[in-house]
Amino acid sequence: MTNAVAADSAIAAEPKRNSLTMGKRRLSDEILKLLIYLSVFFSVLLAAGILCCVISKGISSVSWEFLTTVTSTLKGTVGIAGNIVNTLYIIVLTLLIATPIGVGSAIYLNEYARPGRLVGLIEFTTETLSGIPSIIFGLFGMVFFGNTLGLGYSILTGTLTLTLMILPLITRNTQEALKTVPDSYRCGALGMGVTRWYMIRTILLPSAMPGIITGIILAIGRIVGESAALLFTAGSGYLLPKAGMGLISKIMESGGTLTIQLYLSMSKANYEAAFGIAAVLLIIVLGINLLTKYAAGKLDVNKNG
Amino acid sequence: METGRKRTKINARGLNLYYGCNHALKDIDMDIRPHAVTALIGPSGCGKSTFLKSLNRMNDLVDCVRIEGSVTLDGEDIYDPKVDTTLLRKKIGMVFQQPNPFPMSIYDNIAYGPRLHGIKSKSRLDEIVETSLRGAAIFEEVRDRLKKSALGLSGGQQQRLCIARALAVGPEVLLMDEPTSALDPISTLKIEELMEELKKKYTVVVVTHNMQQAARVSDDTAFFLVGQVVEFDSTKNIFSRPRDKRTEDYITGRFG
Repeated sequence: MTNAVAADSAIAAEPKRNSLTMGKRRLSDEILKLLIYLSVFFSVLLAAGILCCVISKGISSVSWEFLTTVTSTLKGTVGIAGNIVNTLYIIVLTLLIATPIGVGSAIYLNEYARPGRLVGLIEFTTETLSGIPSIIFGLFGMVFFGNTLGLGYSILTGTLTLTLMILPLITRNTQEALKTVPDSYRCGALGMGVTRWYMIRTILLPSAMPGIITGIILAIGRIVGESAALLFTAGSGYLLPKAGMGLISKIMESGGTLTIQLYLSMSKANYEAAFGIAAVLLIIVLGINLLTKYAAGKLDVNKNG
Repeated sequence: METGRKRTKINARGLNLYYGCNHALKDIDMDIRPHAVTALIGPSGCGKSTFLKSLNRMNDLVDCVRIEGSVTLDGEDIYDPKVDTTLLRKKIGMVFQQPNPFPMSIYDNIAYGPRLHGIKSKSRLDEIVETSLRGAAIFEEVRDRLKKSALGLSGGQQQRLCIARALAVGPEVLLMDEPTSALDPISTLKIEELMEELKKKYTVVVVTHNMQQAARVSDDTAFFLVGQVVEFDSTKNIFSRPRDKRTEDYITGRFG
């Protein structure tokens, strides 16, 4: 007992050596922190800078007329309504084709196929496919879908070309998402005698949904931003579809997306319209991102509730 | 198949299991009695979990597994190629080491199996959910939050939920793979009490690392060592007068 008291007072007598607050901060930590803050600052500045520049220059040319009419020398209007519709057509159609195929193949690769050479080869091919420059997809799409299948310059040709392009993206993202679903879910479900497909449908897909949605957002980003693969497949038509059956037959007609129109305006040195389109594009992309993020948050089953 | 001293639920005869070229189970013979708790004990890697999984063919999910010999449930060979593993696992349910509730509500977790087996009626499902939760001694704790996510429960509650989920499909046998090793002592006690209840209706086979647990809850005990059953007898005999020196060394804590 007396020993303990003596030890206590010895510690009290030498506060400097033992105090927790007296340690030196490491210089390397501080430098690293500074560098991290600097890189954050740069990336935020970059994004904000581009956004502000494009929107401030473009917003003046965006008007109700610009958004709701098509360019016509007869009526004297300048507008991008046709391109907006085309963009939506291509996004929706491409996702309609690519999502089921992409998610389906990811499920097969991850849940049914036995890991081995073949799966390795397929994964390697998918990765290679996602690294191919888009103009090559454009070339292939024009020759195969456009000429061989006789679809010509049409929204359908563009859609099929883009499907090839974003398929690897969706497949890979879905696969990664499925890999993060704990094996204990699989064991638990199979261990109580449910079938594999029932387990996939009710447990794996809902758990993997945030990852799948991320893949879809990235895919939308690529579709909206694509020009090279679309220029020679979907063409550059800018007219609005006719009402009624025209909405369906439009698929077989040429239709340029906003990005294509942006490219064409730039090549004609029509920078005013170009910035206007750019502003609209940016706003659409932002909107889609926010919407999907919100949807993914709503769908996330892994949160406690 | 009345080969043993008493009526049996599951018979293993000359069971050999290989993972690739690793001979994981060697000539296992075992008679598991109905309405009893059979404990499988032994040091890590001795094959007790592997044996447990071979009783409802969960080993089928692992690549390059080869199995010889036979396992019968009520006299029916479960490794017969015509056996539907889905039906087999419905009869022989499983509870795992880590509680693994699905990321859905407590209610949906329990209704999960019954829904697959075609039960649609709301009132019938309600009834199954309640009896299953009661059967796993967790109903009172969760009755007010059946629609809340099962992931918000504590570890011990999650494990009892998993037992309830296994009960909901109406099994005859319950396999438990170290069901309490991830739980605190109080939750462990609850699960042990539960096993005592469960054996009235079901046949229970439990793998455990905890010898006191085996001594407390089981009627029969099998001691595994490097893929073989060294000794299989009533728990009383194993713990009071083991016949094999290695069993004695293990239960007295000399190794393992």
